[in-house]
Amino acid sequence: MNLKRSITALLACTGLAVSALTSAAEGTIKVGVLHSLSGTMAISETTLKDTILMMIDEQNKKGGLLGKKLEAVVVDPASNWPLFAEKAEQLLVKDKVSVVFGCWTSVSRKSVLPVFEKNNGLLFYPVQYEGEESSKNVIYTGAAPNQQAIPAVDYLMKDIGVKRWVLAGTDYVYPRTTNKILEAYLLSKGVAPADIMINYTPFGHSDWQSIVADIKKFGSAGKKTAVVSTINGDANVPFYKELGNQKISAENIPVVAFSVGEEELSGLDTKPLVGHLAAWNYFMSVKSPVNDAWIKKWHTFTKNPKRTFNDPMEAHVIGFELWVKAVEKAKTTDVEKVIAALPGLSTPNLTGGTATMLANHHITKPVYIGEVRGDGQFDVVWKTSKEVPGDAWSDFLPASKDIQADWVTLKCGNYNGKTKVCSGQNYK
Amino acid sequence: MQKLIRNIAVSLWLLLAGAAMAQQPAPEPAPVIEAAADPMTAALTALPGASYSDKQQLAVQLAATGTPQARALLQALLDGNLYARTADQRVFIGASTDDVIALTDPRTGQSAGTSSEDALEKIGTNNALRRALRGALALFDLANPDAGARLAAVKEILGGLDDTAAAMLRARLPAEPDATVRREINLGLALHDLDSSEAPRRLAGVKALVGSLNSDVYNRLKVLTEQGSDGSYTEPDEAIRSAARASLDSIENRRVLYGGIETLFFGLSLGSVLVLAAIGLSITFGVMGIINMAHGELMMLGAYTTYVVQQAMPNHIGASIIVAIPAAFIVSALAGVAIERGIVRFLYGRPLETLLATFGVSLVLQQVVRDVFSANNRPIETPAWLAGSLQINEVLSITWVRLYIVFFTLAVFALLLLVLKRTRLGLEVRAVSQNRPMARAMGIRTEWVDAMTFGLGSGIAGVAGVALSQLTNVGPNLGQSYIVDSFMVVVFGGVANLWGTLVGGLSLGVFNKILEPFAGAVLAKILMLVFLILFIQRRPRGLFPQKGRAAEG
Repeated sequence: MNLKRSITALLACTGLAVSALTSAAEGTIKVGVLHSLSGTMAISETTLKDTILMMIDEQNKKGGLLGKKLEAVVVDPASNWPLFAEKAEQLLVKDKVSVVFGCWTSVSRKSVLPVFEKNNGLLFYPVQYEGEESSKNVIYTGAAPNQQAIPAVDYLMKDIGVKRWVLAGTDYVYPRTTNKILEAYLLSKGVAPADIMINYTPFGHSDWQSIVADIKKFGSAGKKTAVVSTINGDANVPFYKELGNQKISAENIPVVAFSVGEEELSGLDTKPLVGHLAAWNYFMSVKSPVNDAWIKKWHTFTKNPKRTFNDPMEAHVIGFELWVKAVEKAKTTDVEKVIAALPGLSTPNLTGGTATMLANHHITKPVYIGEVRGDGQFDVVWKTSKEVPGDAWSDFLPASKDIQADWVTLKCGNYNGKTKVCSGQNYK
Repeated sequence: MQKLIRNIAVSLWLLLAGAAMAQQPAPEPAPVIEAAADPMTAALTALPGASYSDKQQLAVQLAATGTPQARALLQALLDGNLYARTADQRVFIGASTDDVIALTDPRTGQSAGTSSEDALEKIGTNNALRRALRGALALFDLANPDAGARLAAVKEILGGLDDTAAAMLRARLPAEPDATVRREINLGLALHDLDSSEAPRRLAGVKALVGSLNSDVYNRLKVLTEQGSDGSYTEPDEAIRSAARASLDSIENRRVLYGGIETLFFGLSLGSVLVLAAIGLSITFGVMGIINMAHGELMMLGAYTTYVVQQAMPNHIGASIIVAIPAAFIVSALAGVAIERGIVRFLYGRPLETLLATFGVSLVLQQVVRDVFSANNRPIETPAWLAGSLQINEVLSITWVRLYIVFFTLAVFALLLLVLKRTRLGLEVRAVSQNRPMARAMGIRTEWVDAMTFGLGSGIAGVAGVALSQLTNVGPNLGQSYIVDSFMVVVFGGVANLWGTLVGGLSLGVFNKILEPFAGAVLAKILMLVFLILFIQRRPRGLFPQKGRAAEG
């Protein structure tokens, strides 16, 4: 069954390549897709590739863009960070794509960043990340920390009355930076250092016994305790299983996760997780006409009525629509002109609001907190009253407090408001 | 029984209404009673469209009626079995069977036919509401005939102890026949006494709490002995303070002791997972000298077999794990024999090529699984008998699944030892591993023995996969995360020595868990690897090296 599907996919790919050759004469606009289709990240990134293919399909049905058809150039960087840079180079130099949609992990983005800046490419990055970056050549459609982590902590503090905090994460750049920001934020809100426990674990950590026992002990001090989890990918399943086995329920110590969405839950027995929280900018269960329409399109496109739709996919939908609008406005796919046209554009997001492109190459997003339901979906229990503008440089870290990003007036992604110096693209 | 419930219900109602009645001592607070004359009707009409806080209020009103119907309704709401029919907004308790949901009328408790899931809308709950529901249900359960349910109810009430709850506990105490429940109630009352304004009562409370390991007790006693920033104590009475300090010291000592036991168990449990993963490798690597990089993927096959078995028998999840053990053994053993016959046998004596070839096989197996089952992890259900934990006392509990895995590892180890020492296959395996040409000269079919040994090692890997499926992700990368650890254990324990694998695995596990609290998970792992490198430098043949002539082979 699946073999058959793979063969069809293979045939479709060859067909695409052939049609690419024939139609190249008439002129198409090439769209690069840089997502891992094999290796550890395939689990998350494959659906993003499918999302962009669906967007291209939709656009072509509407008659293409600037009178030309769109054509996808899909490459597989195989969850291998240096390979991301090579494949990006190939897309920009050899295939000469007009835009690239891609990357998931921060390390893959950091790996392709110099390539995009050197070749003046355009990358749409759809995943929530740690901030502290703003490149001329990257559009960040995922959440910055102030669009996910900070509101989630605010919710726990104000609505749930959490007094003690466990910041648990996988040991790499996104959790480390996010936790640094959160720690500074909590301290600024008067939380005592003794009430914050920070814990890092290796990728794919599977033996959570002692850490969960520590959390239990930490949480039994008589103050309401919550876990803020930036635990990534595969390590989540054994973590939640251990929580369930040690009888830590969401009612006692809720866990709010920043990397667990519908797609991740679909590989999990969700019964022990019910009530735990996740903070995202989109949930599949949000009722809105736009959302229903997209989910329907997605199910038709994938021919699978059970496929989930998640936050980074929404970011890709928004990113693609913004790019289309910018190209229409600039009347060309020239990267320089498209980048100039992007700030200020807006498009409806899937949950009934509007996503506006900001001068710092981030977008405005609503923030939702959802509780896990028994069926692997989320019940929204809290949301921000309006969209939150993404902040590239966190206001809670001493090193980045004075830095701002503005590609419209300042033409700089790293401008120090105190010293009045633009450090260019020299990131720390 | 019925009467008892009624009594409790009435007293509960009185207590809940107490606040309202305080202002008007006349015994006819007409409006209050009337509004709640039939909270069932009120709840049934309001529930479908209610907000979470409204639902919470409705739940409190319902609990106040104390009727069995109200209890069933609240329980259904808590369990997520309460539905509203989309067509007429009528509320039903549902029990899902195959495709349809069997409906029960919450008012009469009678069956109301069945309905498809699409025609119903689940009445949702959130954390705060579930908490409130548990509290409300606990009040019902105080008079439950089952002592276990009563104990759970008392514990639930202790979580949110206030005057009302304390009064209920006090009322229950004389009627309570079970000693454990009585002790728990007394604990609650003593905790409540700590808030009393009378010093003798507080002192009595502290005295009554001696010997309890309950974390609430610990926290409360700690507060009593704390000194504020201005040097004044929270507790003004010196006698109470010293009593609290004394019992606090004894609690802390016992906490340290139980913490040590817990760490030891965590270590043994991690160690037994390592042993389970490594023991199959110890046979192929140790006995045959083959570096099988696909060993992890054979475990993965075992885990996927568990998934397939669960899919095949969705109504017998508890038994599915038992069935999966032999099934996984067979699947992985067959895969192992196929790898041996197809690839490895052409490469005997060329370890580097074997390593590369089996590494290739591991990539192939991973991709096959990705194509057949998709790249996403597969959900494996944990049977009820494996979930939860064994509560030894308030600070020490051991999760069942880990405990079972420790015993399972020991059983697999014993069985394997038996096979190697007591069967003809075992004899031949040992003969071939000691001196291949000589064994062949004695008439042993070494090729057949090789295939069987590889199959045995692979089958054990499959069985390990079943155990791992209960602990971690079942996905294409399952094997990769265990292969390094497995080699580590085999090398540490000493090649070709099952006892070495057992001792090596368990000691590495304990070593890791002792380090973890001080060093953190990341550094603990690094320290362990550094230790291993140093150890191999000193003793290249591991903990239990082969001696004598066997060592030269």
